[in-house]
Amino acid sequence: MWQFFHKLGSPKWFYNISGKLMPYLAFVAITLLVVGAVWGLAFAPMDYKQGNSFRIIYIHVPTAFIALAGYYLMAIAGAISLIWRMKMAGIMLKVSAPIGAAMTFLALFTGAVWGKPTWGTYWVWDARITSMLILLFLYLGIFALMQAFTREELAEKSAAILALVGTVNIPIIYKSVDWWYTLHQPATLKLTEKPSMHPDMLWPLLIMIAGVYAFYALAVILHARVEILRREKKTGWVQALVKQ
Amino acid sequence: MHPVRKKRLIFVLSFVFVVSAATGLLFYALKDELNLFYTPTQIANKEAPPGQKIRAGGMVVEGSFRRLDDSLQVIFEVTDYESTLTVTYQGILPNLFAEKEGVVVTGRLNDEGLFVADEVMAKHDENYMPPELQDTLKSSDSSVTYKNK
Repeated sequence: MWQFFHKLGSPKWFYNISGKLMPYLAFVAITLLVVGAVWGLAFAPMDYKQGNSFRIIYIHVPTAFIALAGYYLMAIAGAISLIWRMKMAGIMLKVSAPIGAAMTFLALFTGAVWGKPTWGTYWVWDARITSMLILLFLYLGIFALMQAFTREELAEKSAAILALVGTVNIPIIYKSVDWWYTLHQPATLKLTEKPSMHPDMLWPLLIMIAGVYAFYALAVILHARVEILRREKKTGWVQALVKQ
Repeated sequence: MHPVRKKRLIFVLSFVFVVSAATGLLFYALKDELNLFYTPTQIANKEAPPGQKIRAGGMVVEGSFRRLDDSLQVIFEVTDYESTLTVTYQGILPNLFAEKEGVVVTGRLNDEGLFVADEVMAKHDENYMPPELQDTLKSSDSSVTYKNK
């Protein structure tokens, strides 16, 4: 177990193993996204109240899920890089910030597009939407901090601390619809209860969620590989790779 | 574990704990301020500031919706099943506005306790189902909604 942990911390090992895994991951991500999107957008039944506009859920919910889950990935990577100074943790911290920001933006944007016909407004400052906007700013702040220092070590340290501060926001986003009166509805998919959604609509949503998770993993790995090559460009194994 | 790393681990854990505790206290202090709207009961208990622009929310009472002749003026009642609030609004209602559905209105309370809204937003619930299923549910029992089935 510890050996695996140490191996994972080695950029060279990560580069090699991710190179082998990537085609499979790409295949899984594309298959799930295509199947989920076609099923969800074309074949799932309309909603009894919202009509076709409910279909935005197939993008909104998966991106919102990964925006929250990705934050934990980033914060844990930040903690590991603070405590154990592992190279890969710093790389993960750096590359997951812009991808997480993009996912958060997508969730906010699709929510606004759906909000107009459903609620009658694009935006409202309720607890769920505001805390999600704070998440976007946290991602952007961490991304900016990583760029703000010329010394990578310093950038990583400050970004990791901000990432850790931001972890308090995640349970707040998750529980905001239960703790306060919000315009945003409570969760449809729940951990402990059955989802309040018809199975014909639910299946494509679950497939889209799995697809977006796979896509996120792929995006993080691709960015991490570029970052590895950039940081390790003076090492022997990268030089050898370039010469090939 | 290496003592230096152990120290850093304790630092990181206590840091996250302190930040969480501070945020927790902050949100505890702000508890009621973070609600998007007042419930009809809160308004009936005069918890909402009078004359100021506020939001109110609840369910639209069945059979309470009336449209005044020759205008876009509408009147409906909003309830949280304890108190009700009468709301008047002039303008276009969102598509999902309906009786027995959630709604959030922005506006002011006038002297007679009537809520004069200048914005009406429909609050959607977390239930999703195809229309055919809703029809069958309706024919059996109109109060049944698709939930946990």
